[in-house]
Amino acid sequence: MKAAEQAAAILRGYNGRKIRIMEVCGTHTHEIFKQGIRKMLPENIQVISGPGCPVCVTPIDYIDEAVYLALEKGCTITTFGDLIRVPGSEKSLAAARAEGAAVKPVYSPLDALEYAKDHPEEQVVFLSVGFETTTPPSLMAVRQAKAEGVMNFSILTANKTMDNAYLALKDSADAFLYPGHVSTISGTKIYHDLMDQGISGVVTGFTGPELLTALAVCVKKVQEGRPFFMNCYPRVVTDEGSPAARKLAAEMTDLIDSEWRGIGVIPKSGLRLKPECADWDARVKYDVPKMEGRANPACRCGSVLKGDILPTECKVFGNGCTPEHPIGACMVSGEGACAAFYKYGRDF
Amino acid sequence: MEKTVTLAQGAGGKQTSELIESIFAKYFKNPYLTADDAAVLPAPKGRIAMTTDGFIVSPSEFPGGNIGKLSICGTVNDLSCMGAKPLYLTCSFILEEGFPLEKVDQAAAAMAKTAEEAGVHIVAGDTKVAGKGQVDGMFITTTGVGEIVEGVETGGSLARPGDAVIVTGDVGRHGCAILLSRNEFQIDADVTSDCAPLWGTVEAVLNTVKEKTGGYKDLHVVRDATRGGVGTVLYEIAGQSEVGIHLDQDSIPVDPAVAGVCGMLGLEPLYLANEGRLVIFTPKENADAVLEALHQLPYSGNAAVIGEVTAENAGKVVMHTAIGGETLLPQPGGELLPRIC
Repeated sequence: MKAAEQAAAILRGYNGRKIRIMEVCGTHTHEIFKQGIRKMLPENIQVISGPGCPVCVTPIDYIDEAVYLALEKGCTITTFGDLIRVPGSEKSLAAARAEGAAVKPVYSPLDALEYAKDHPEEQVVFLSVGFETTTPPSLMAVRQAKAEGVMNFSILTANKTMDNAYLALKDSADAFLYPGHVSTISGTKIYHDLMDQGISGVVTGFTGPELLTALAVCVKKVQEGRPFFMNCYPRVVTDEGSPAARKLAAEMTDLIDSEWRGIGVIPKSGLRLKPECADWDARVKYDVPKMEGRANPACRCGSVLKGDILPTECKVFGNGCTPEHPIGACMVSGEGACAAFYKYGRDF
Repeated sequence: MEKTVTLAQGAGGKQTSELIESIFAKYFKNPYLTADDAAVLPAPKGRIAMTTDGFIVSPSEFPGGNIGKLSICGTVNDLSCMGAKPLYLTCSFILEEGFPLEKVDQAAAAMAKTAEEAGVHIVAGDTKVAGKGQVDGMFITTTGVGEIVEGVETGGSLARPGDAVIVTGDVGRHGCAILLSRNEFQIDADVTSDCAPLWGTVEAVLNTVKEKTGGYKDLHVVRDATRGGVGTVLYEIAGQSEVGIHLDQDSIPVDPAVAGVCGMLGLEPLYLANEGRLVIFTPKENADAVLEALHQLPYSGNAAVIGEVTAENAGKVVMHTAIGGETLLPQPGGELLPRIC
């Protein structure tokens, strides 16, 4: 606890210009609230919750595509539970389910594949969202389906990669808390490259002392005035990351431009299955038409995700938009900034 | 006799009598339990407390207990929290056609053993059989009557600033054990339900408070933290008593296996169900004596003071984190797991 106390003292004692630190991992968002860290910081250190929650950055068109597959094509949708309640342009998957669509929560893409094998009479689609850490299991499910000739299983991809997101968010923060889990795949070379482009940050773990230490390092280093990178999670994150996971992604997917809710299209930040896997790519297999998602105009998730406003500055926050009845994606997921603000006390 | 429950066993005829004789009468035998239409009982001197609870836990057997033990503990503990010594219980069984009689036998045996430990008599019962698929296995409802110890006045609206918040043991074990025994997450962990009858625990706390203060007035709140866990109970008390509750994260006892499972699944142990844990509010000055008494007893060896009541932050539960931060304990959310009790 000694390191945590020193870190806390550094943070409390800071009285320089305003420093903005953005965390880009939903689990970091959650833990920062859970540990009460925001309240420990002086006003001139601002922690911003960036686009690190996969449910939050997935654009509304994607929900519309999933609803289309469920209702128009009669597919059985298998998905992580959070996505079921995210509002689409007209309806969420929960609403589609109430109309008779088959929507099943699963804990992993391999569970979805097993379900498809057990139900050959159904066309099963897995909603494949997430970053570097959740992509490999989805690809392994496709590879296994291909090897075993399971033809009633496919995935609807919205997988994203973080690398280019930092560039798009360059002006939103003085330093990033790089995600602990994603970095176990990507390794740290990318962060050295970003440093060369003037982007600073530290990789950190998820405990209270780890987060405090990382924030204190950011504050110290920002004051030195030069771009920096430090790995504060070396027991888990290595320089090389996981070459095997990266190789899997490179073999099975192409990098494409991808839309992030609130941020817009980021070049080469999304993944699409390669043409040889088209039979397992739901978008190709069912010839899904291009959707033009329409968000509720009152929802300001986009501004929250860029760190332009706090969740509490959105007019519908807690006033029409709650975890029980979410209007925007950031209020749905347990990792979303709005849900965290709501749960852990907006004005506490 | 058959090996599984049949519809005829619920029809009230010969087969019903056989079932009652071979299982229920065998275990529940006591002078008040007769074949007549109702039990005739001596009335207690003081005020009585009365409560009822239905049990539909799935699976019906889990590490640390089964639905039978749970059905006694649940009702006995509700009475105990009001300062009432449990006296009489009734039980009603709804059985599914085809359910193994061996499991009914095991549940009844556990009920008898737990009732004996709690000092309560099972004085009346009923059995119905529903067709296959109309219920799931075995459902039990118990109703209990207890005699309130004279002078005891506890309730969720009686917490006062300066009270210590005591839990009688590590939190979240029952919910965690049920979750693991459903095997949906493919996690192997050694977690046993805390399911236990707690009249002995409450009685010891009552005696301690009386010895120290001369009466029972200082015992403000006693609640069993079942569905919704300790967190839900604390929010209810903070609201009813219009006080703030400040918790010290480091002092909340959590079994390492429970903490590990919660870490993996993103759950909060304070919101997992308990079936053998009380939350007790009494002025800080009494806390050491109460803890000392609790530590002598079988179901409260790791009882701890986890926080205190304040006048500020009324209606809120504030967590003081291990690193010196302060945050709200999130409000209880939707149903975490169906059919935990």
